Amino acid sequence: MSNRAGLASIVLMASLLGAAVPWLPVQAQNTASASVGAPDALVRSMSESVLDSIRKDPSLQTGDVSRMSRLVDEQVLPYVNFEKMTRLAVGRAWRDASPDQRQALTREFRTLLVRTYAGAVSAAKDYTVQMRPFRAEANEADVLVRTQAVPARGDPIQLDYRLEKTAGGWKIYDVNVMGIWLVENYRNTFAGEINRGGIDGLIKTLGDRNKALESRSS
Amino acid sequence: MRVLARLVRLAAALAMAAVLGACATIPPGAGSNPADPWEVYNRHVFDLNDRLDRAVMWPVAQAYEKVLPEPVRICINNAFRNLAEPVNAINNLLQGKPLDAFMDMCRFAVNSTMGVLGCFDIATDGGLAPRSNEDFGQTLGRWGLKDGPFFVLPLLGPSTVRDTFGRVFDFLGLDPVWYIENIGLRNSLVGLRLVDIRASLLPGEKVLEAAALDKYEFVRDAFLQLRRNLIYDGNPPRLLDPDDEDEARPQSDAGTATLAGGQPEEPLRP
Repeated sequence: MSNRAGLASIVLMASLLGAAVPWLPVQAQNTASASVGAPDALVRSMSESVLDSIRKDPSLQTGDVSRMSRLVDEQVLPYVNFEKMTRLAVGRAWRDASPDQRQALTREFRTLLVRTYAGAVSAAKDYTVQMRPFRAEANEADVLVRTQAVPARGDPIQLDYRLEKTAGGWKIYDVNVMGIWLVENYRNTFAGEINRGGIDGLIKTLGDRNKALESRSS
Repeated sequence: MRVLARLVRLAAALAMAAVLGACATIPPGAGSNPADPWEVYNRHVFDLNDRLDRAVMWPVAQAYEKVLPEPVRICINNAFRNLAEPVNAINNLLQGKPLDAFMDMCRFAVNSTMGVLGCFDIATDGGLAPRSNEDFGQTLGRWGLKDGPFFVLPLLGPSTVRDTFGRVFDFLGLDPVWYIENIGLRNSLVGLRLVDIRASLLPGEKVLEAAALDKYEFVRDAFLQLRRNLIYDGNPPRLLDPDDEDEARPQSDAGTATLAGGQPEEPLRP
């Protein structure tokens, strides 16, 4: 008991002093659930493996698209629920979308996000990821995992994830960079597109953008 | 007086340019978003800013990155941000965070002296305290003042009505550069600071260009989220999503769903 209290007071003192001791609370609170695959452990190992690959492979640092998409396929996609991400960004209109439309929306949105992610992460070789204090009830099925990307020099970048527990394990369905949630940031644009051209209009807009990006990079 | 006359002339020139160059595409339904009732005006100014940026600031920032070695640019960036520490401190104080305010002043003292006029951020490197990012717009937000309409400022970019007031307060009241008597030096520093800020935005640009379907909308919504996050110091309560089918499911009670961000304090806005 004194051990925990001691730890807590160190953490408290440290945070009062503004020093970052991000790993302490993570370890203290998640020993119980770590064995069944804790969401924060998933985020940590995913982030570390991606950064590790980028550090080791110079072609990824220059943003080689095909290599980058393979990296994303192998190390990121298994842990992301793109359907939920798309559904949340589309909002109310999702209910009216046919299964085919839903599939097309998810596919195009995923392509756009993977491309954006690849562009952003290729420049991240000098970053390390630190976990920030994580709190979750044992039976919670929807959690927030907070991290920060720390550059060699300069201010850390806030990087948070929302995860949901599914039959296939924890899946990320939203990401937050510097306080900007990805799903939230697409909602207005998606709603506007659907208002103007319906769901097919949005699918087309996303598809056109993806084609334009593809021709630009190759 | 002379400054005022110059400002008026500048505003007139900008207004003219905005009218003449009014070719921003305005989508149907513009202005229907409650956060952005002035969308038509905003899109025009955004477009104007964008074109001015392409013509002037972007090339200058590019050249700045090419010409000056990285350590020099970091030194300049540190020095300007060091000058903002009193702004951080006063706003932290006004937000009821005296300890943070104290830390900001410690940082200011250490970096201004041992850090050679703020050139080296030894307070961060030495683990004294991370840099705060506060301004009067955040303070007003903390006090419960709503954003007000989204508002794109000519030349300066995205803001809100509240943050525009905040900016005026920080700038006129607390910006040390503004108090430099030598006009030439003052203007050079103002210019250098703008270039420094613009250059620091270069890396994020490509990502923005790739990600945004509608650049204006993407920047607006990102800006509003960013400000909200800053007001809550990186820990805002979660926005409840009315369209999310999952929220309707009884799997989690509404209370934890709205505040699942682990927000330690009362939400500041109802």
